[in-house]
Amino acid sequence: MALRVKALESLMVEKGLVDPAALDAIVDHFEHKVGPRNGARVVAKAWSDPAFKARLLADATTAIAELGYAGGQGDHMLVVENTPTTHNLVVCTLCSCYPWPVLGLPPVWYKSAPYRSRAVIDPRGVIAGFGTVLPDEIEVRVWDSTAELRYLVLPERPAGTQGLDEDALAALVTRDGMIGTTRL
Amino acid sequence: MNGVHDMGGMENLGPVIPEPEGEGFHAAWEGRVHAMSVASPTRSNIDAGRHQREKIPGPEYLAMSYYEKWFRGLTELLVAHGHATWAEIARGKAEPGFAKATPLLRAEEVTPRFMRRGSYVRDGAAPAFAVGDAVSARDLNPHGHTRLPRYVRGREGVITALHGAHVFPDSHAHGQGEDPRPLYTVRFAARELWGEAANPRDSVSLDLWEPYLERA
Repeated sequence: MALRVKALESLMVEKGLVDPAALDAIVDHFEHKVGPRNGARVVAKAWSDPAFKARLLADATTAIAELGYAGGQGDHMLVVENTPTTHNLVVCTLCSCYPWPVLGLPPVWYKSAPYRSRAVIDPRGVIAGFGTVLPDEIEVRVWDSTAELRYLVLPERPAGTQGLDEDALAALVTRDGMIGTTRL
Repeated sequence: MNGVHDMGGMENLGPVIPEPEGEGFHAAWEGRVHAMSVASPTRSNIDAGRHQREKIPGPEYLAMSYYEKWFRGLTELLVAHGHATWAEIARGKAEPGFAKATPLLRAEEVTPRFMRRGSYVRDGAAPAFAVGDAVSARDLNPHGHTRLPRYVRGREGVITALHGAHVFPDSHAHGQGEDPRPLYTVRFAARELWGEAANPRDSVSLDLWEPYLERA
């Protein structure tokens, strides 16, 4: 693949279809400017600041933009909140839609046929594969991203974290926790 | 199109293999394919791009990695739009006498462009349904692009949110304009989709356009 891709890039540059410096900047954007640490900042702020959390649940796109995160694949954000009795799981069964501004590039499994197919019919089994067995009493809500709305799970704030500041809280938040395959 | 990309509800397609956080592109060429795809003049229509990848024949689709599908989709769109020929793509060299284009995206425009909030909301008809309404997903089997998965067709759910009129992929993917239609979130009980063995508390919610729905 590497050679075929190199040949295509040479052709597209020669024909003026893409600017190679722009390609470098795009790769840099996806490797360094977006990623799950952005989402972790959003979650940590929601845990620390009840007014922000209220704004986040009411209009996630605008609240997330307060932290400077916006752009393609995050144009219409929705945040779904885990509670002691509810757990949320996000999937895109038809392709691999994922909220790039807050989570960056999706892991391979998120884009894979096994996850896309099974998350809707056996969410509890998928979550168990990541190490969390959910009791039957907890309601599982699966969100299949079929339109241009993008979902972020707001995990529950772990017990015993009362004294922690936002930086320390953000370090507790995982990518998989914000997709919903794990429960913090 | 009832293709293999519409895989929700299938099982036994392999293991879900967890992956550590912090991995970016898994090979340098993946980053170049991603960047070329989003900078390409063919990127203007996200729905057409999705449909191009869906049209990869099923056995190949299942065997290809995510960025192999992006590469295939990009090359097919470049040929379809007259930006390149298959011979040029194979050789990595333009035919003599080609007309040089101007790239749509310059390096200094990347960050502002990628940080800019866009929207798929358009002026459109008022919604026919309200939150709380019981609806059925229609049993539609179009041969073109659709975002109505098979696993909800004919099933009954409840509207839980209205999102205004959004660009309608079934039209937009085929060059028929944005054709905005009201978009809803519809919650389906897991038992409605998967039968009595499912947990009675569980649900699956999808974002569905009005033409996919009828009053239950």
